[in-house]
Amino acid sequence: MLKDSDRIFTNLYGRHDWHLKGAKKRGDWDKTKALIAKGQQWIIDEVTLSCLRGRGGAGFPTGRKWCFLPKDDGVTPRFLVINADESEPGTCKDRDILRHEPQKLVEGALLAGFAIGSHTGYIYIRGEFHREAEHLETAIAEAYEAGLLGKNAAGSGWDFDLYVHRGAGAYICGEETALLESLEGRKGMPRLKPPFPAVVGLYGCPTIVNNVETIAVVPTILRRGGAWFAGIGTPDNTGPRIFCISGHVNTPCNVEEASGIPLKELIEVHGGGVRGGWDNLLAVIPGGSSVPLIPADVCGKVLMDTPSLACFNSSLGTGAVIVMDKSTDIVRAIARLSKFYMHESCGQCTPCREGTGWMWRMLIRLADGIGAIEDIDRLEDVTYEIEGHTICGLGDAAAWPVQGLIRHFRPELERRLRARKAA
Amino acid sequence: MPKLLIDEQEIEVPEGMTVLQAAEMLGVEIPIFCYHPKLSIAGNCRMCLVEMDKSSKPIASCAMPASEGMVIRTQTPMVKKARQGVLEFLLINHPLDCPICDQGGECDLQDITMAYGGDTSRFNLNKRAVPDKEFGPLIETAMNRCIQCTRCIRFATEIAGTPELGATGRGEDMEIGTYVQKTITSELSGNLIDICPVGALTSKPYSFQGRPWELSSTPSVDVFDAVGCSIRIDARGREVMRILPRPNDEVNESWISDKTRFACDGLKYQRLDRPYVRGEDGHLRPVSWDEAFDVIVGRLQHIPGNHVAAIVGDMVDAEAMIALKDLMTAMGSPNIDCRQDGVLIGTGPRCSYLFNTTIAGVERADFCLLIGTNPRWEAPLINARIRKNYLFTGLNVALIGPFHELGYPVDYLGNDPLLLEKIKKGKHPISAALKAAKHPMMIIGQGALGREDGDGILNTAREIADKYDFVHKTKLHLQDYWNGFNVLQTAASRVGGFDLGFLPGPKGHNIKEIFEATRRKKIEAVYLLDADEIDMTALKSTFVIYQGHHGDRGAAIADVVLPGAAYTEKSGTYVNTEGRVQRGLQAASPPGDAKEDWKIIRALSERLGLELPYNSLDEVRRRLVEVNPLFDELDRVSRAPWVEFGREEILNTDPFKPSIENFYMTDSISRHSITMAKCTQEILER
Repeated sequence: MLKDSDRIFTNLYGRHDWHLKGAKKRGDWDKTKALIAKGQQWIIDEVTLSCLRGRGGAGFPTGRKWCFLPKDDGVTPRFLVINADESEPGTCKDRDILRHEPQKLVEGALLAGFAIGSHTGYIYIRGEFHREAEHLETAIAEAYEAGLLGKNAAGSGWDFDLYVHRGAGAYICGEETALLESLEGRKGMPRLKPPFPAVVGLYGCPTIVNNVETIAVVPTILRRGGAWFAGIGTPDNTGPRIFCISGHVNTPCNVEEASGIPLKELIEVHGGGVRGGWDNLLAVIPGGSSVPLIPADVCGKVLMDTPSLACFNSSLGTGAVIVMDKSTDIVRAIARLSKFYMHESCGQCTPCREGTGWMWRMLIRLADGIGAIEDIDRLEDVTYEIEGHTICGLGDAAAWPVQGLIRHFRPELERRLRARKAA
Repeated sequence: MPKLLIDEQEIEVPEGMTVLQAAEMLGVEIPIFCYHPKLSIAGNCRMCLVEMDKSSKPIASCAMPASEGMVIRTQTPMVKKARQGVLEFLLINHPLDCPICDQGGECDLQDITMAYGGDTSRFNLNKRAVPDKEFGPLIETAMNRCIQCTRCIRFATEIAGTPELGATGRGEDMEIGTYVQKTITSELSGNLIDICPVGALTSKPYSFQGRPWELSSTPSVDVFDAVGCSIRIDARGREVMRILPRPNDEVNESWISDKTRFACDGLKYQRLDRPYVRGEDGHLRPVSWDEAFDVIVGRLQHIPGNHVAAIVGDMVDAEAMIALKDLMTAMGSPNIDCRQDGVLIGTGPRCSYLFNTTIAGVERADFCLLIGTNPRWEAPLINARIRKNYLFTGLNVALIGPFHELGYPVDYLGNDPLLLEKIKKGKHPISAALKAAKHPMMIIGQGALGREDGDGILNTAREIADKYDFVHKTKLHLQDYWNGFNVLQTAASRVGGFDLGFLPGPKGHNIKEIFEATRRKKIEAVYLLDADEIDMTALKSTFVIYQGHHGDRGAAIADVVLPGAAYTEKSGTYVNTEGRVQRGLQAASPPGDAKEDWKIIRALSERLGLELPYNSLDEVRRRLVEVNPLFDELDRVSRAPWVEFGREEILNTDPFKPSIENFYMTDSISRHSITMAKCTQEILER
């Protein structure tokens, strides 16, 4: 359990003033100038020490990412891009940060921007986040007015401008290179990697793309020290993070908890328990729609950290826990996710473009029990033909939930096929 | 230079090469769809996935830079599975309509599926249907077959410079199209057909006309402009079915213009297939070769040699020109000219009429001044090179002359010849840019030279070239030799004509003077060798022999018509605008009684009692080399030394006129092409 004193997002639920004045009361912008005065390397070192992993789903160590930037040649500008295109089904943590803690993000942007040597930051915010974009715009305007952004930001001597760019509602634009394409005004289609954005990013310049939560925790890490952050959670997943608990629980919520908390504790304490009791649990998707589900028997023993979830062929993803009780038609549920990925595939590369639709169509047939037993094998084989063969991770994200379904619920699929045949 | 291991074979490749290119160098085949060596890398088909050590996922070899110590495997189960998977995905929504698809037999998807695909289809659902698009008179679409490789989009955007194609929709609803329905306006649009790896974009004029295995292919050279693109003529029997580009990085890379590709249907209509003689009633009547020659001999006997003139057209091979020149010399006539359009250049040194920079050399330029030229129509492939340079280095282009959209940004200076004087004197704003340029080039079009003061324009241009160091004279033999002075010819036969001296001899008349002299009866007989682009009214009262392949303007006023062969029907030598001697081979036989042109002239010379001393094509070619040794240097450009030429002349203020009014119809073949007529109607007149 996370101690109250270790919470970073003290206004996660919006009970206090989200404006600059209220944020300052909670400790934001406190001696930011002094933090910057400690230098770029110090900031990078502290973040590296904290073992902070990106909170956008892939979980890449943030300090290491920042080190990938090529040496500053003094000519090429560098950009900080903040990914606020949160669209992963089940995930709504960034939304609450944008609503209630925008100053944490703005301050984090300045500190991260300074650390990587960037004078310009862009926040790419999801198109549907209308109110959130308004809050963010207001927060930035307040920060400018208070001299915390712009020329000589927060009196630090560092110039930093921050812009908000509103997306048009495509899930794929949350993929960092598609986001850059979209930011540049083109169709949101992921780029080939290498080169990675840290080397060739926005407008061909070195660019760091980070998630909202990742950036928003940076000021607190710097204030309280990387060691404090690293001391929370498990060695692989440190620090507090926001979990989104949704689905068949009694009190769905966003909650800041220590990484590596047991899943059962998370659901029982913060989610108010599974609807109808723990025994009514069918399965949980532990990290946003992209990760394979885990069945009820696993949920009782797994920790919310990478190695533990990996033991059960799943992963932490965005930390969005989707709970499904026994009333769930699990095949239809996964088929719905499959349809989402079909709809959100950008269509650029073959396996994802053609495969996502095929998977969905096979799944809805299986949900109705149409087809033969071999169709399950075919579906599974198709998921492996997509996985790892695409330009970006959307292909993997589409394949994993289906793989999880077949791995754990094959008897259910077979039962439906047999039942239909018998009828 | 990174060293890497591909399938256990070590190779060292230049920096910046991709794994795919390295594999190609080793002869390791990797199947591809979206990759094209002349286009940017998309990496979206995923067909080229290979295994790389230390990577858990297979990598796209077309996009992965080769780096030191890489270990690549292309024959592992992982790669096999990936390839089969991609092919399966491509085929689930691909209509298996190969029996009625024009791409059948030369389809990448067919070939690669045969080599790398699975054995059966596991897809038992409905296939996707995509509405076909209307792209105009040249390109037929069958969008169900499209595999979304985006080669066409990249070609239109990058090479052609007409970003008219794009992908709309997302995921499996992604469609290639023109956003709103419109005709594709690029002069290079036919290349979309070649680069489409499947049958989604096929040739409209050729649709359902033939199968690749029925055709015999002959390498040849294009004659519709002076670029001399390398082409492949595909014929069935004596009918030319289609024309495709042959890759040639020095000239046309992998592309040809739409006229080159599609005008070949003009070879089927209005052909001269037997000799004709104009009777008393004013009508042409078919005769035998003997009778036709009799009429010619009968008339020429009574005309003094210097009262005869010869004019050659724009598509004539060097062999026919030398035969005609030798015949005229034997008759004692100095009145010969190969400049139908009345341009006055050609008498100077070689550097004064060549595209000295060479076509490939355009890529090295850092400033380009266009004078009275529209390269997009006069030489689409040179225009594509200029665009390529613009794309890679941001080449600055300035234009003096009629404005035309060229496919890259142009600094339009206006249409006033006196601007040249200003630039020469250093009083024009672009003078500074010219001075700063290290490799400046200029292109002078026929629109600037075919005027009264054409000589003066050429001379001013040369003075500009000297003043701003367009020619690096001191570095003649070094690798970085640079000559930025270019005349852009538009006629395929023109440089060959100049090199052979098909120009008025001493006391001879040039084309304008010939017309003048016919009025004064100083010229009583004119031999037109494929010359149709002249003012025929001047020749009404003169005895006209027309030798050519189409019943066009020349044949309409001729007294004797001799049927010759079109460029596909003879082996011919042509010199392109850079001075490159190229040879085309015969792909089909001439129709009816028509004969190869040099043979007709050779036969006539015998009847005139002036027998020419060659009996075979080889002997004619030996004669070519005798006249100008350059004809021995096939497929090469020999540098023309930069020497003095030109003479001062006062420039007049008339604006430059475009030298081509209609790109699709410039000669007797394209004027009789139905496809070119449709293009004129649907692209230009709209």
